[in-house]
Amino acid sequence: MPEKTNRNTPLLDIRNLSRHFGGLKAVDGVSFQVNEGEIVGLIGPNGAGKTTLFNLISGFLKPTAGEIYFRGLPIHGKRPNAIARLGVGRTFQIVKPFGELSVRDNVLAGMGHNIYPSLQAFLHVYHTPTAIARANDILENVGLAAYADARADTLPIGLQRRLEIARALALSPILLLLDESAAGLTHQEAEDLAALIRDLRDRGITILLVEHNMRFAMNLCERIVVLNQGRILAEGTPEEIQTNPAVIEAYLGHSGVVRREA
Amino acid sequence: MGYLISIATFACIWAVLALSLNILTGYAGQVSLGHAAFFGIGAYASAMLTVKAGWSFWPAFVAAILITGVVGGFLGLPSLRVRHDFLVLATMGINFVVIAIFKYVSFFGGALGIIGIKKPALFGWTLRGPWFLALAALYLVLTLWISAYLSRTWAGLALTALREDEDAAEAVGVSVPRFKIYAFAISAALAGGAGSLYAHFLGSVFPDHFAFVESIGIMSMVVFGGIGTLRGPVVGAFILKALPEYLRFVGDYRYAIYGGVLVLMMLFQPQGILGDNSWLWNKIRRRIND
Repeated sequence: MPEKTNRNTPLLDIRNLSRHFGGLKAVDGVSFQVNEGEIVGLIGPNGAGKTTLFNLISGFLKPTAGEIYFRGLPIHGKRPNAIARLGVGRTFQIVKPFGELSVRDNVLAGMGHNIYPSLQAFLHVYHTPTAIARANDILENVGLAAYADARADTLPIGLQRRLEIARALALSPILLLLDESAAGLTHQEAEDLAALIRDLRDRGITILLVEHNMRFAMNLCERIVVLNQGRILAEGTPEEIQTNPAVIEAYLGHSGVVRREA
Repeated sequence: MGYLISIATFACIWAVLALSLNILTGYAGQVSLGHAAFFGIGAYASAMLTVKAGWSFWPAFVAAILITGVVGGFLGLPSLRVRHDFLVLATMGINFVVIAIFKYVSFFGGALGIIGIKKPALFGWTLRGPWFLALAALYLVLTLWISAYLSRTWAGLALTALREDEDAAEAVGVSVPRFKIYAFAISAALAGGAGSLYAHFLGSVFPDHFAFVESIGIMSMVVFGGIGTLRGPVVGAFILKALPEYLRFVGDYRYAIYGGVLVLMMLFQPQGILGDNSWLWNKIRRRIND
């Protein structure tokens, strides 16, 4: 494990990051930081570049320009598996469970991150009592304990989103990237999820989340970064964002009719 | 009797081929229609080392496994660039290229192949008939054990993860390229051992023994029995290899059978006759549980 990050170094430092697809500037010169222990929300209209930004941070896309530092270490250009092993866990907006595996084995797959790079992975059996106990703990934590033996692809979508979180937690992440985890959840389910995310933060995991559900993001995040057309439109506390004229315009257009999000 | 032993030996060798393809396609999800190429590389490696370099069977057998494993790792490189149906085409292409090399490069004996390959000997005693069958059966047991053990290790879990979703596998720390190459190398190495046994059993190798139709045959055995399981490829190989050999009149239609099996299984029982939740396997399990 690298030594504890200097207080002054942000946990995640994004500098002038761009990703262009042909003529489309999906992410265009974005800079912001995430500090240890924060819950930061990334919001913006459809096509604002939120998921592209997530894919850049987690290594699934290479930046066209710019840098990403995690705990002071450059991670732009690293493969996703290497970034994951540094302690960046992520979920996918369109869930990607290991469908034919049990829910518990999905979590176990995340627990192997330290052994996969070594040939020891061919020697050691993964169903050990300690590993299973830890996987069960994680499942208990996200409220999936009752489904541990079910095939992952038989879970309803709301629970598959939780499984995404459980699998990312199996990495013992320092930074957790949540891509629209509240999408399609009922009000109560979203409340439960918010409580879970706060609980994770209280246990030392820093959270960066992409969210479409405005109320969810405003209630949960301490700081919000608003993206629009690949650029940062505004950054600040939820209160500041809610009253920011540029944000209101981007979301509602010129009419100025302010409508509360359901 | 000798004829039955000979059929059983073939069945063991093909069961290893089916199990080795099962690691690549069943465990790691990399569909290959070029598996006979690895079979051939092992057979040629062992044949050349014994006939041309004068090695004895045992070191040649081990070398054939290692050589095929390394070559298999390299031939798996296309899987890093292409997926699914494109990978199927690429592996088919590899099969044709490998056969062409055996056929047209005189170093490998050309169309005349390599003949005069000796049977293995143990303490000066030549293994033939039932003793060679015992050797083939032993190698099958070893392959079964490796397959079973691999599926229980972290590496096996990583292979399953990348089969199910490559992005999600990367997101949990699995290097997808590295594990794909591992899968190709292990699968090829085991098939290479089968090739070595085949060469020494038959006493000669010819390029056409390892042609594309043979790859189809191996795939149909895996699919027929039940892909991803251990019982499936073994049972598939014993039925689809031994039956056409035993029933001569069926043997003439072997390739029609292989092709027909693939079509019918895909239509009616894609999980294979003995796959999890297949009609027959459910019946057997119910009978056992009663």
